[in-house]
Amino acid sequence: MDLGSINPVLLIAALLLASTPILLAAMGELVVEKSGVLNLGVEGMMIVGAVSGFMAAVESGSPTLGFLAAAAAAAVLALLFGVLTQVLLSNQVATGLGLTLFGLGISSLMGQGYVGIRPPASPRLELPVLSELPVVGPVLFSQHALVYLSLALVLGVWWYLRSTRSGLILRAVGESHEAAHALGYSVLGTRLAAIAFGGALAGLGGACLSLVIVPQWTEGMTAGRGWIALAIVVFGSWRAWRVLLGAYLFGGVSVLQLNLQAAGIAIPVELLSMSPYLITILVLVVISSDKRRAQVNAPNSLGRTFHASG
Amino acid sequence: MIRLERRPAPSRAWAWATPLLAVLATMVAGGLLFAFLGKDPLLVIRTIFWDPILGEFAFYYRGQLLVKAGPLILIAIGLSLGFRAGVWNIGAEGQYIMGAICGAAVGLAFYPLEARWLIFPLMVLAGGLGGFLWAMIPGILRTRFNTNEILVSLLLVYVAEQILAWMALGPLRSPDGAGFPGSRNLRHYDSAANHELISGSGMHWGLVAAFIAVILGHVLLSRHILGFNIRLAGASPRAARFAGVNPGLLVLTCLGVSGALAGFAGLFEVAGPAGQINIDFNVGYGFTAIIVAFLGRLHPVGILLAGFLMALTYIGGEAAQATLGVPAAAIQAFQGMLLFFLLALDVMTNYRVRIDARARA
Repeated sequence: MDLGSINPVLLIAALLLASTPILLAAMGELVVEKSGVLNLGVEGMMIVGAVSGFMAAVESGSPTLGFLAAAAAAAVLALLFGVLTQVLLSNQVATGLGLTLFGLGISSLMGQGYVGIRPPASPRLELPVLSELPVVGPVLFSQHALVYLSLALVLGVWWYLRSTRSGLILRAVGESHEAAHALGYSVLGTRLAAIAFGGALAGLGGACLSLVIVPQWTEGMTAGRGWIALAIVVFGSWRAWRVLLGAYLFGGVSVLQLNLQAAGIAIPVELLSMSPYLITILVLVVISSDKRRAQVNAPNSLGRTFHASG
Repeated sequence: MIRLERRPAPSRAWAWATPLLAVLATMVAGGLLFAFLGKDPLLVIRTIFWDPILGEFAFYYRGQLLVKAGPLILIAIGLSLGFRAGVWNIGAEGQYIMGAICGAAVGLAFYPLEARWLIFPLMVLAGGLGGFLWAMIPGILRTRFNTNEILVSLLLVYVAEQILAWMALGPLRSPDGAGFPGSRNLRHYDSAANHELISGSGMHWGLVAAFIAVILGHVLLSRHILGFNIRLAGASPRAARFAGVNPGLLVLTCLGVSGALAGFAGLFEVAGPAGQINIDFNVGYGFTAIIVAFLGRLHPVGILLAGFLMALTYIGGEAAQATLGVPAAAIQAFQGMLLFFLLALDVMTNYRVRIDARARA
């Protein structure tokens, strides 16, 4: 065992990157759930984003195009969920599960010829001078552009939900769709837009995994990150800043366990590999055991089907 | 203008018609998918849905059909109870794995003692218990700490997969395996093996258990007070509370029953068709069973039929893979598509489509 081989600065720098896919997906799902829709298909949208982004980047040679394709493909898949649940009024839990199962299948079908290929590299964004600073340099100023984008998104989502008119309408739709409908707001339009946004972010998260972190395409490579993102939204009690905290906590655990595996610590590898999932469950328990707080923050219409009669 | 009007009660005719229409729609959409992959769509559809039952090599495939349908039906029956009551156990895959590990561990502990009357029943019990206890984790967390059972049961699948890998490489690894991963093969150990009951038929104890589960499930839902309470809680949780249904107990019952059935399915699989605990033991039956449960309308008889249909897509998919080079993943996408079409068409069960000739003011 050699714990001395773990460099705390590199650990934190890796943590920020490792958390980014989950943070992106969770931010998307936060907006979706705030509009009153429970989309359990995050895992499926992430993996479809991962494979489409990978394919587009390999074919075009441009990682940027890859990220755009990932967001678009996952948004299309999300809209499929949107049409089913919002227009055809299907059960959201069942449809979300279906989305995940379908996404896992279609992604491995799409990615057939892309196993074992290396995607075009997407370099880190080295900020001049700043990235040379000790400690803060590698941690804060030489990350991948997606890390900064995800942080900007946290700020953007927080501001959007709190201070914009359309954010207020979105929250109203999520709290009471009947009331929002009676006031003349379009429940359907708001929710479809939110679902597409959530899909795009999940897809971006998936592409971050396949193009930046791993970077490779393997079947089922999201390995439950979509579900962890869903758990983090609950953990963050539907608030952008707490979701950020949650995502970094889990990024931290997964990076730390990988480092411990590499350092050859005397704990079975399997036990380390399951730790992110176990800790997710543990934290979920702690957060939801306070019944009142969970109820106050959860959007009131979450998961309920809306049908405008008459 | 087209609009939807809620039916006073779900249409029975549509409830039975939608699964059939969904299968047809999936065949059409799947055919397009296969055509896109450069295969002859009609040939692929025939290979998947026709040849395994009535084709030249059907004698081989029919047995395989039973082998695949067994676990799907057994797990789906359990899941359907919970789905009806609004308890979402989506971690059956994990309970299936834990059932297999517990059951196999009991069998391996007795090796090489020959006492089938004792060992096999004990293994079955251990398998059921393993699945039951694994499902109790989300159950107790839900009732005691109000934790979402969907997320917990699903996350526990990943934990169970890690335990499976640990067992296959560590404690349960065969001492005679020359260092290869995987336990002893239970099929070569007569007291623990889940042999075919009629040679070559594919019929084994897991299928017997599945048929019993279908019958008991039907009796439970149509004749027993618990079945009534489950349906009541699903239709109206508030009314159920007024009627004196204990919601916590109902959650635990639904999760416990579905976990135990998934555990049984795992045990019968590991002692029979799979033979050993190994890293790649689980192949997604726990997830496909979710589709089976919905396709069967959460009704035991429907699940029986849906289980065979899904088994057919597995078998036919393998055949299409071998003879036509259709990728295995295409079948998985095909199964997901089926669930989508089913959910989309289900709108007809609960709503009427009204077409107004004149634009409404």
